[in-house]
Amino acid sequence: MDIKSAAIFFDILYPEIFLLAVGMFILVVGNIFKNRTFLAYLALVGLIGALVLTLQQWNAPQSGFYGMVQIDNFSIFFNVIFLSAGIIATLMARDYLRAHNIERFEFYPLILFATVGMMIMASSADLIVIFLGLEIMSIPLYVMAGFFRNDPNSNESSVKYFIMGAFATAFLLYGIALIYGAAGTTDLRRIMTDLGYLVSHSGFFLYSGALLVLIGFGFKVAAVPFHMWVPDVYQGAPTPVTAYFSVAPKAAGFAAILRIFIYGLGGLNELSVIFWILAILTMSVGNLMAIFQTNIKRMLAYSSIAHAGYIMVALSVGGDGAVSAAAFYLLAYTFFNLGGFAIVTLINSRTGSTAAIDEMKGMSVRHPFLAALLALFMFALAGFPPTAGFFGKFYLFSEAVKAGYIWLTVIAVMNSFVSVYYYLRIVVVAYFGKADEEFAPVSFKPAIWLVLVITAAGTLILGLLPQFGLQLAQMCMFSFK
Amino acid sequence: MEDRILTLVTFFPLIGAVLLMFVPKERDDSVKSIALIIAFITFLFSLMMYSMFDPVANGMQFEVNIPWISTFGISYHLGIDGISLLLIMLTTLLSVIVMISSWNSVKSGVKGYFISMLMLETGMLGVFVSLDLFLFYVFWEAMLIPMYFIIGVWGGPRKIYAAIKFVLFTMFGSLLMLVALLYLMFMYHSFAGEYSFNMIELYKMPIPLGAQTYIFLAFALAFAIKVPIWPFHTWLPDAHVQAPTAGSVILAGVLLKMGTYGFIRICLPMFPEATLQFVPLISILSLIGIIYGALVAMVQRDIKSLVAYSSVSHLGFVMLGMMALNVQGLEGSVLQMINHGISTGALFLIVGMIYERRHTRMISDFGGLAKSMPVFSTFFMIASLSSIGLPLTNGFVGEFLILLGVYKANPVYAIIAATGVILAACYMLWMLQRVIFGKITNPENEKLKDLDLREKIILIPLVILIFWIGIYPKPFLERIEPAVKNIVSIVNSSRTASEARMSKGYKCVGDRCDTHTVSIGGN
Repeated sequence: MDIKSAAIFFDILYPEIFLLAVGMFILVVGNIFKNRTFLAYLALVGLIGALVLTLQQWNAPQSGFYGMVQIDNFSIFFNVIFLSAGIIATLMARDYLRAHNIERFEFYPLILFATVGMMIMASSADLIVIFLGLEIMSIPLYVMAGFFRNDPNSNESSVKYFIMGAFATAFLLYGIALIYGAAGTTDLRRIMTDLGYLVSHSGFFLYSGALLVLIGFGFKVAAVPFHMWVPDVYQGAPTPVTAYFSVAPKAAGFAAILRIFIYGLGGLNELSVIFWILAILTMSVGNLMAIFQTNIKRMLAYSSIAHAGYIMVALSVGGDGAVSAAAFYLLAYTFFNLGGFAIVTLINSRTGSTAAIDEMKGMSVRHPFLAALLALFMFALAGFPPTAGFFGKFYLFSEAVKAGYIWLTVIAVMNSFVSVYYYLRIVVVAYFGKADEEFAPVSFKPAIWLVLVITAAGTLILGLLPQFGLQLAQMCMFSFK
Repeated sequence: MEDRILTLVTFFPLIGAVLLMFVPKERDDSVKSIALIIAFITFLFSLMMYSMFDPVANGMQFEVNIPWISTFGISYHLGIDGISLLLIMLTTLLSVIVMISSWNSVKSGVKGYFISMLMLETGMLGVFVSLDLFLFYVFWEAMLIPMYFIIGVWGGPRKIYAAIKFVLFTMFGSLLMLVALLYLMFMYHSFAGEYSFNMIELYKMPIPLGAQTYIFLAFALAFAIKVPIWPFHTWLPDAHVQAPTAGSVILAGVLLKMGTYGFIRICLPMFPEATLQFVPLISILSLIGIIYGALVAMVQRDIKSLVAYSSVSHLGFVMLGMMALNVQGLEGSVLQMINHGISTGALFLIVGMIYERRHTRMISDFGGLAKSMPVFSTFFMIASLSSIGLPLTNGFVGEFLILLGVYKANPVYAIIAATGVILAACYMLWMLQRVIFGKITNPENEKLKDLDLREKIILIPLVILIFWIGIYPKPFLERIEPAVKNIVSIVNSSRTASEARMSKGYKCVGDRCDTHTVSIGGN
């Protein structure tokens, strides 16, 4: 074991500490400054600062807090995803909150705190610390879901998310307790080293614990059959929050799953069956349900379930390749999914909007450029080349084929085929609606333009020139293997 | 220049599309002019390429090979042989023609339309120049997006249904092709120790027959849907009829050829043994397509759907000729791809012209057009006769070579296919009789204006090609020949090898007896 891990070493958590400090600062000054825009900028400074600090740790694995915190390329790659999602959500939120008259300063610290929780989840090598991170992430998210205080739907969203989240947490903790009972430790590194011995001596408790932990995270990443809360929560929450939900907590959940099930419990090959069953269920239910939705937020909710299913295809394969493929896909997904949500945010910022799919009618006539971007993101979600959506799927499915799971890949591509239908429906409404149909104008603010440019650029660059992103994803490994 | 010409031809339309995005959308005329100029310059580049092409050289020309995604051995690898050369010329020519033909017919969203057209051109050219399987796939799929918009935004009354059906049908095949592509990638890795999507290298890889059959089926399904081979043709009448004229011309002229091109470029040389196994099946499906397409065309009341179903029949000929797997059959097949693009393209243009005047395409609404529109009727006549395959027109040369090749391979197929020619004459001539001959029964047809200069300019190049290929096909055939011979020799060597294996009981794959055990799984 590394010498450094035998001590605290606060310095390895500088990005998290910085983010936390900025969040606290905003909380303190929030009531003094009436200018909320300034607070949004402050939050952005915090997120970008943390991003810079995180990137500096690249390729220099360290551990601290007596080995409980593990900073490696894996955690940094995921931290970049969380921070990017945070930046994009903050940019989207300001104008949206203002348009709906709920521009309260607490929003920004909540995003920052949730991001800190995710970063801790991805950077930890200990089940208890992962659990701590999960809770730090979840509690701000519950509040954010109910940010429309006077809207019953938003309240429902918040309460539902909270109850289901608490339920999931119970599973998770019970699972951790069983693993602890079997192994006598919550340190994933030690569990990994002793796995063979543990399986032979207390296999039952280990497997039961693993299953319960998986169920707990299944709720967080919205795997079927633990997905029931997703559509309602996504629909009721403010749209930028939904956007953030669809990417960041999901990525955090996957970070924890990868760390626990490919690193710590990676030797339990039998779990692969569970993963591919979950993958098939998640993909199929997500895609089939998405077809019938008339509300675009609900549709994107089911679509995000389906995307979790694609990632689980790689998980059922396991190994380093699966980690890289999942990480690459989550990065790509962050861009094109948030891009799609940015446009929904714009539509949904208009007064009286319920985010019905029909509200997109005539978009191509009034805002051709916006419609073109919408088409880009939908084609990316559907996995058309030359977008990041295609290359991401290519990479994910290649891992499955490599390991000989051809039938699973066939099921996955058939799911992808089904998804083409409902993504294209959005394009159909935006483009093929009659030209005379009224599309109420949306008000463009510079922030949303910035979001659209960032997400579109990410979608195209990771699709056309994926080599660099691919190399980074392949370096995205756990240290101390 | 040699190594840049393909990139230039392929991406010049895309550059034009990006340029067009910055033209204000109110200025329709500038949009149209720029699009036309871009398409025309692309055509000139392709002419330059044609003149630089060495007709007797064997193998690929103007090759470019630059690493793109090196982790998976994917590269930007372009190169052409005679087959792709002719298809590229057809694409660039038809693109210029459809730009002119859309001049007045597209009224709303002019800018988006021309941007889509130019993007589509890049997508189609990309398919024909790619020698990297991954790159091929990217172009193959990416080209769906502009075509989807062209049908869906500027199409007829049932455009949305047609556009979605078109995309879903094509996607279904392509996604299975993607799985096969991935399988092939790892198979090549265990064979050569590195990843590569280079088609030329993949030709050399021996694939065990069992796996070869599955991979072949996945690829063949994607291509068969695109061709379309009966019974995968049901998207075609919808897409053709609902698409705007220019869309139908491109669809029939070029897009369908991507399917047949895929068979020639990938299925035949890469999976020769599996191809041999499936020759009877594909031949019989093609025969059904020939007869079925012709019979259904005969009973159509709409001229455009008549032409659409005639495509099913003609593409049946192309596939049948290819499955003869001899030099004549394949040469005829490739030439017929070009011919079909020219004749059917011309027919769709002509139907579009009459539709712009009368806003109907029903055969029963017409009659006696020869009196009111003599020039139009002449062009219509020539295009129809070339579609039937009358001697001195291009169709004759292609169909004759196909029937010759098929007769050598299997006389029964040739005899059945020949009835398709007769049926073609039936439906085409009957349609002509009802549309342009006889008395003018509908007073609206009396005052119709004959073709103007723009419309003549569109049709004249196609008519010249119809007679040129019909009378002196040598320049075309001699460019196809080396490429075709190459493919035939690959297939033949695997045929002899498998016959040898049958008699001796060796386990051989292709012409190489198995020394490697190619398998997948286990990293």
